Amino acid sequence: MAEVSYRELSLNGLWKNNPAIVQLLGLCPLLAVTGSVVNAIGLALATCLVLVTSNTAVSLIRNIVSDAVRLPVFVMIIASAVTCIELLMQAFAYELYQILGIFLPLITTNCVILGRAEAFACKNGLLPSIYDGLIMGAGFGVILILLGGLRELAGTGALFADMQLLFGPGAADWKIVIVDNYQAFLLAILPPGAFIFTGLIIAVKNIIDARIQARLDSLKERPVKGSKRVRVTGTIS
Amino acid sequence: MALMRITSPHAHGPMSTARVMQNVLLATVPGVIVLTHFFGFGTLVNIIWASILALAFEALALRLRKRPLGFYLGDYSALVTAVLLGIALPPYSPWWLIAVGIASSILLAKHLYGGLGYNPFNPAMVGYVVLLISFPVQMSSWAAPRGVGELPGLLDALQACFTPGNFDAVTMATPLDLLKQNNSLLMDDLWQQNAQFGRWAGIGWEWASLAFLAGGLWLLYQRVFTWHAPIAMLVALALTAALFYDGGSSASGGSPLFHLLSGATMFGAFFIITDPVSSAVSTRGRLVFGALIGLLVYLIRVYGNYPDAVAFAVLIMNFAAPFIDQYTQPRSYGHAARREDNE
Repeated sequence: MAEVSYRELSLNGLWKNNPAIVQLLGLCPLLAVTGSVVNAIGLALATCLVLVTSNTAVSLIRNIVSDAVRLPVFVMIIASAVTCIELLMQAFAYELYQILGIFLPLITTNCVILGRAEAFACKNGLLPSIYDGLIMGAGFGVILILLGGLRELAGTGALFADMQLLFGPGAADWKIVIVDNYQAFLLAILPPGAFIFTGLIIAVKNIIDARIQARLDSLKERPVKGSKRVRVTGTIS
Repeated sequence: MALMRITSPHAHGPMSTARVMQNVLLATVPGVIVLTHFFGFGTLVNIIWASILALAFEALALRLRKRPLGFYLGDYSALVTAVLLGIALPPYSPWWLIAVGIASSILLAKHLYGGLGYNPFNPAMVGYVVLLISFPVQMSSWAAPRGVGELPGLLDALQACFTPGNFDAVTMATPLDLLKQNNSLLMDDLWQQNAQFGRWAGIGWEWASLAFLAGGLWLLYQRVFTWHAPIAMLVALALTAALFYDGGSSASGGSPLFHLLSGATMFGAFFIITDPVSSAVSTRGRLVFGALIGLLVYLIRVYGNYPDAVAFAVLIMNFAAPFIDQYTQPRSYGHAARREDNE
C-alpha cells in the first residue's frame, strides 16, 4: 500500500468497513455500555483516543520491531495508551469512570484497536495511520452513540440524561424529555435490548446498501435489444 | 385393467393449519370462562384487544414482506398467539402493555425469523418474557379472586385497559408469589393466613388449571398433538416437587399438587409446549423436551427470581430443541439402530 487515498479511508471507516456494524469488532463494549448517550460518548471518546495513539506509536516503530515480536509490542503499546486514558478519565470525569468500570481497561482487548494496528498502522506511514485511527474510532463511536441514543430513548423516553458526568455541571440540564410520563421499558436498557437494537441497525445498513446497489445496477448500460450474443466457446486470442 | 401403483407414504394430514389452530382456540374456552368467573372480565378484554392488535401487526408484517394477506391471516396462527398471550397476562393490563407484548410476539419473534413455521421460539412466550423483564411492576400484580376482593364489572375492565390512569384494581400477590416470599411460616399457617390460597393451589387458579387440563385433553383426543411432551412435563414437575417436598416446613417449595395446579403449569403443558414449530419433533425428543421443562419450572419457581417459570423454561428449552432432535432421531425402517448391531 504505497499510496493511500484519504477519501477511501473515510468511506471505509465510516461506512463500508465500519468496525462496529460490518466487521462486528469490539462488540463487548458496544453491547455493554450503550445504555445511555453519555456512557456511549464516554466510551467512544476513550476508544477513539486509544486508537489514534496506538496507531501513531505502531506506525512510528513499524520498521524497528521485527515481525516475530510485533504482537506483544502492539499489545504493550495499546495497554499503555489505555492506562493513560483511564488515569485521565479518573482525573476529569470520575463518575463516568465509575460507571464505565471494567469496560475502560477492557478497551485493551477491543479487537478494533489491535486489528487496525495489525492491518493498517504497521504497514503505512505516520499521517495515514493517524487518520485511519481517527476515522475508525469515529465509525465505531457513531454507532456507539446511535445505539446509546436509541436505547436511552426507548428505555427511558428521554435523551442526553446525566451529561454533566462528562461535560461538567453546565451540562446538567441538557436532558430532553421526549415523552412525558414514559413507562420505563427496561428491556431496551438491559443486555437483550443491546442485541436487538444492534441487529436492527445492521439490518437498516443492509437495506441501504441493497438500495444503493440496485440504483448502481440500473444505471449500468443494458445490452442493446436485438444484439447478437457473442459466441464464447472455443479459444479467444 | 390398469392397477395404479401408489408409493408410500400413505399417511396424509387430515387437518390443515387453520383447523388445528381453530381447535386450539376452542380448547382455551373453558379455561377463559373459569378465569373470567374468578377474576372478572379482565382476561376477556386482554384477549379481545390482543387479537385485534395481533391481526393488525400480522397484516402489517405480511404487507412489508410482500406475502399474500388472506392466505396467512386465514390460518388463525396470529389469533392463537394473541389468545395465549391474553390469557397469560394479568387481568386488567393497560392497553400499551398488551401492545408491546403483541408487537414483540408477532414482529420480533415470528416475522423477523421468517413467519409461521420458522420461529425457533414460541411467539406468545417471547412477548410474555419481554413484558416480564421490562415491566415487572405491571406484570407481577394479579387481580384478587372472587370472594377475596371485589370484582370489577365489564365497564371497569374496559376502563382499566384503555384509560389505565383512572382505574385502581384490587390486586394481591398470587399464591406462587406468596410461597416465594415466605420464609418463616409453615405451609399450613401460610394457607390459613392468606385467603387466596383456596383448597389446593389458590382460589381460581386450581379451577382454571383443571379447565385448561380439560381443554388440553380434548385437544389430545382430537390428535392435535401427542401426549408425550405434556405428560412428561407434568410427571417431571410432580416428581421433582415430591422429591424436594418435606411435608410443609417454611423452607419447602410447595407440594406436588400445588405445583401442578397453580400458576401456568397446566396452561403451559397443553397450550404452550405443544407448539409444533418451536418444540422438539421426534417422539423421544418430546419426552426429553417436556421432562426438562418440568424440571426447569420447579427449579426456577423455587430458586429463581420470578414467581412463575413456565415462560422462561419454555424459551430455554426452545433453544435446546434442535439439539434434542439431533440426538433422538428415530431409526428409519430397515436400518439398524446402532452401529454395533450391524457388525
